[in-house]
Amino acid sequence: MSTKGMAYIVGAYEHPTRKATDKSIAQLHAEVAKGALADAGLTKDDVDGYFCASDAPGHGPLNMIDYMNLNVRHVDATNTGGSSHMIHVAHAAQAIASGKCSVALITLAGRPRSQGQEKGAIPRADNPLQPDFQWENPYGITTLNIYAMVAMRHMYEFGTTSEQLAWVKVACSHHAQHNPNAMLRDVVTVEDVVNSPMVSDPLHRMDCCVISDGGGALIVTNREIARSLKRPMVKLIGAGEAPKGQTAGAVDLSYSGAAWSGPRAFAEAGVTQADIKYASIYDSFTITVLMQLEDLGFCAKGDGGKFVSDGNLISGVGKLPINTDGGGLCNNHPMNRGGMTKVIEAVRQLRGEAHSAVQVPNCDIALAHGTGGGLGTRHASATLILERE
Amino acid sequence: MAERIIPDPNPNPETEVFWEATKGGRFMLRYCGDCGKTHWYPRAICPHCFSDSSEWRRASGRGKIYTYSVMRRAAVPYAIAYVTLEEGPRMITNLVDCVLDELAVGQDVELVFKQSEGGYAVPMFKPAG
Repeated sequence: MSTKGMAYIVGAYEHPTRKATDKSIAQLHAEVAKGALADAGLTKDDVDGYFCASDAPGHGPLNMIDYMNLNVRHVDATNTGGSSHMIHVAHAAQAIASGKCSVALITLAGRPRSQGQEKGAIPRADNPLQPDFQWENPYGITTLNIYAMVAMRHMYEFGTTSEQLAWVKVACSHHAQHNPNAMLRDVVTVEDVVNSPMVSDPLHRMDCCVISDGGGALIVTNREIARSLKRPMVKLIGAGEAPKGQTAGAVDLSYSGAAWSGPRAFAEAGVTQADIKYASIYDSFTITVLMQLEDLGFCAKGDGGKFVSDGNLISGVGKLPINTDGGGLCNNHPMNRGGMTKVIEAVRQLRGEAHSAVQVPNCDIALAHGTGGGLGTRHASATLILERE
Repeated sequence: MAERIIPDPNPNPETEVFWEATKGGRFMLRYCGDCGKTHWYPRAICPHCFSDSSEWRRASGRGKIYTYSVMRRAAVPYAIAYVTLEEGPRMITNLVDCVLDELAVGQDVELVFKQSEGGYAVPMFKPAG
């Protein structure tokens, strides 16, 4: 059964903080929940479905539902790293379509910056019991070098250059200058990026996203309730999810799970790449964006470098404006999970509530896409296509 | 220059055989007698066909660099890589005993063992020849 057109995002809230030394993680979850409900014009008592991922401490939904004192009849703790909350939107639509809940609350929050996790170069705190741990941990695997190996291979196979990757950061910086909450608001050039220190070849410091505290929340509901509210109607028309791993050793880093999640979402929505006026594309690193744009079909495989160059991703300049909030590269990457903020900015664009300097005119159809986990090891891709009604 | 400290692999009952073999200088792969495929990383049940009749076979120790990255933000810079083994699978490993700035995708490499903190012999690769 397709859930096309059966669920609407009526509340979206991004926490303004980027460093929350004086708050608890649970508190941040509650603050973003409160913000999204206020945005929607709903109250805590309207929530009957709750969605969170492993950024919610403990047993996730159990602890957070109790903390926020919610009374729900549906829970979902799908955890796929940074794409979790995009998958939650799709799962909320399924739950709403099948009558399991009518007002779904999705929250993300964390404070890695305050907890001193701000260095992506530090080996990951993985669980020694996860089956891949012993085959990777001895080798100094980090989030950074997992993605860097994908970039290195892309350069080898397709001739992609550091200058081309840099254009992704340049585009995000052009957008971030207009976002007062963005961590990095200075406009940067290709030269700035390629001259920033090399951190893990071929990625420079400015090829990497920020590390920030904070979070965000979404409210998903059915058509009847959405129509009763005073907010613009943002409808989910297509969704796709796709985990991709190492295929038992047949590793192929030339594509991501977006090559599977994207076609699923486009097919359900019944639209094509040419219909997408704005795209939120997960930008944990510049290579992530380039890879996903290719796999989503915005350009041919291998042509991502050319596609992102010369301002093509800058709103008002290029053909495909992305991440008009400044993205993870310049604005916010709360709890090292960027899917939530991708959906939030897409909602802003569809409502016409993005900053006027970056608002895409007549933005009626938008796409949000995320990669959770490690692009070069195992990740889950999630694609959402949203339409203003 | 200081050597990088190599964390222990944390073997479990499924993989103790592998790590015992490396202590004896043998790098073993899992080969499935039913589907005929070799997989990485080693599992009890074949991840290609779910057969439980896989067996350990000694690998040649030869491979090629599929991709790599030199981590510059570390006390001792090091190269992580995917190496395509002669037997087919690609594995995450380190490139060692080499000049980090002279590594290249496609380069031939050969097996070498490096000792972890707790005395495990960890399979790594160095430029061949």
